[in-house]
Amino acid sequence: MSLRSDLIGEAVAIEPQHPWPRIRVDAETWRRAILGIASGQADLAGLWSDGAAVHLALAEHGTGALLVISLACPDGTFPSVGVTHPPAQRPERAIRDLWGLEPEAAPDPRRWLDHGRWGLRHPLGDRAPHDTTPDAYPFLRAEGPPMHQIPVGPVHAGIIEPGHFRFTANGETVVRLEERLGYVHKGIEGLMIGASLDRAARLAARVSGDSTVAFSLAFARAAEAALGVAVPRRAVWLRALMAELERLANHLGDFGAICNDAAFSLMLAQCGILRERVLRAARTTFGHRLMMDRIVPGGAAVDLADPAPLRALIADLRDAFPELIELYDATASLQNRTVSTGVLDRDLARHWAVGGPIGRASGRSFDARRSPGYAPYDELDFTVPVRTEGDVDARIWIRIEEIGVSLGLIEQILDRLPPGPVLRPFDPTVVGRTSGEDEGDSAARSREGIALVEGFRGDVLVWVRVDDDGHIARCHLRDPSVFQWPLLEAVIEGNIVADFPLCNKSFNCSYSGHDL
Amino acid sequence: MRKLLFESLLRRPLTEAPPRLDDAVLATLAGRLDAVARFRLGRSLSIRQVDAGSCNGCELEIHALGNSFYDLERFGLRFVASPRHADVLLVTGPVTRNMREALERTYVATPEPKWVVAVGECGFDGGEFAGSYAVLGGVSTVIPVDLHVRGCPPAPVALLEGLVALIETSA
Ligand code: SF4
Repeated sequence: MSLRSDLIGEAVAIEPQHPWPRIRVDAETWRRAILGIASGQADLAGLWSDGAAVHLALAEHGTGALLVISLACPDGTFPSVGVTHPPAQRPERAIRDLWGLEPEAAPDPRRWLDHGRWGLRHPLGDRAPHDTTPDAYPFLRAEGPPMHQIPVGPVHAGIIEPGHFRFTANGETVVRLEERLGYVHKGIEGLMIGASLDRAARLAARVSGDSTVAFSLAFARAAEAALGVAVPRRAVWLRALMAELERLANHLGDFGAICNDAAFSLMLAQCGILRERVLRAARTTFGHRLMMDRIVPGGAAVDLADPAPLRALIADLRDAFPELIELYDATASLQNRTVSTGVLDRDLARHWAVGGPIGRASGRSFDARRSPGYAPYDELDFTVPVRTEGDVDARIWIRIEEIGVSLGLIEQILDRLPPGPVLRPFDPTVVGRTSGEDEGDSAARSREGIALVEGFRGDVLVWVRVDDDGHIARCHLRDPSVFQWPLLEAVIEGNIVADFPLCNKSFNCSYSGHDL
Repeated sequence: MRKLLFESLLRRPLTEAPPRLDDAVLATLAGRLDAVARFRLGRSLSIRQVDAGSCNGCELEIHALGNSFYDLERFGLRFVASPRHADVLLVTGPVTRNMREALERTYVATPEPKWVVAVGECGFDGGEFAGSYAVLGGVSTVIPVDLHVRGCPPAPVALLEGLVALIETSA
């Protein structure tokens, strides 16, 4: 018996969530679940709140099947998850900031997303007015006479998102890195509450611009699951096509950018050309370079009129990319920087259930396209590259190999794209409700859905509750970066300060996706 | 590597013709640029990009300005690491409350004469995020803006138009 099925057996009640169940549990089962996750019996996939309860998503090993367990918080507290399982610490600090629910015995009392500048506390819970004097933020200390601190950010030197890094260094060697994030917190989950489905889809598309397709897809799939909407087959395939184009563009960008941070600008220039070609093909084919708002609940907003530009793109990339792989492989001075730099330990990767190329470069083979899996990937032929070295070099190689896999997937999709419509219009106020459900309280009539989608950065989780009149009651969007950022702190320890940009770029976490 | 470099030497450049300038854009800028500024800047501008809460979509397109197709530097435009070296602040995002002070301080740290270009629908009025407790809604709520380049995100050509207009009026 897996932890997941044990927990289902202990449920106080099973809620109507699709396609995986959500169960209400008591505090004892909640604690048992946390111990189970901490001891490696299941992966933590997300932790959020709706004010009345805290919800924890866990994924079963092997199958990737999700389960959401919910604990009611009538007195405004819940037993801390982070005290037992550190990956939950930042999510539960975010819950405390946004909803005012207190994680009992939580190890870190500092506010996380709330920097004291909003003019109020607990914006999504019982709002309390507050002035806008910023809160003090005591960074963790590293003791010893030769240590010095290097503060970096929130405004960084390049064209990147804002965040603060506090390094403590012993000479050139990093002894401790501590991140402070939350600078780009836009209150997306607050804006979601009460939003129409269309508006919510646009917000989801702007959680992290580089993953706009992945977030739109995850949101659409969660909403469709909640409402019981079946998407036309052609749309399912078109969505995968867009998702693979997005992966291609981002992996090309990352490959070039990582090499550039090792002062190898030739690769940035070459990859920049290929990336631009992907974006132009996307613009020609789908009308938007990043394919923003092209995936909507019910299907796709555009059809593929002419596959020729995409075929030409694939031919171009197949022609030009092998040379770049060879260039990377044959440049010893570049590999001198990437090999054995910023090693992420396998056990740590597993414990944190870290997704995407970061996890797969450290032996964690998880890929949401494979398990739990979703259409049309069950009908497509693809491999999931895995490496075990866990260094910058391995993270580069995973991306290189995944570029090849995506090219193959795009070819298969273009060859086999089913005919038919691409959008199934529906009325969110009526679908997904079986007769007789109109009786009873509105909570019982609300419809919930959850989805896990593999973006270029890793698994994106979206959970949505749609209320009676078709508006969003609550939506949680979890970027893969949530579990990746903290590991960057671990990875940089013992490396030299000058290698931080390299390590950071090889992670390429999203600030916006994390801060919401 | 030598082969790749050699081929690049022989290939036709990928770089596109510079964008034609929109008279309206030029008109909005002309007023801000006086003779002194022209004298000091010559035909080059240093740009400091500031993300004030974007979704990172705008950053992707700003990045693209550096690739071989757009090649920003041919116009004498370059990105610099410090506001102290900058003539132009290129600001994205709806300005989150958590970034307000950082944006203000970056502005103050930029020497005169200086211009502010607000990028994206977010930079214009907060875009999809307007109305949130966590955002102020548009760059001009915090610092004076000289030029808006709208779009979600604006394509590199649109960004290029805006920036080239800046430099043309200052040359
Ligand atoms: S304008 Fe659009 S792309 Fe730019 S930051 Fe705002 S939401 Fe993102």
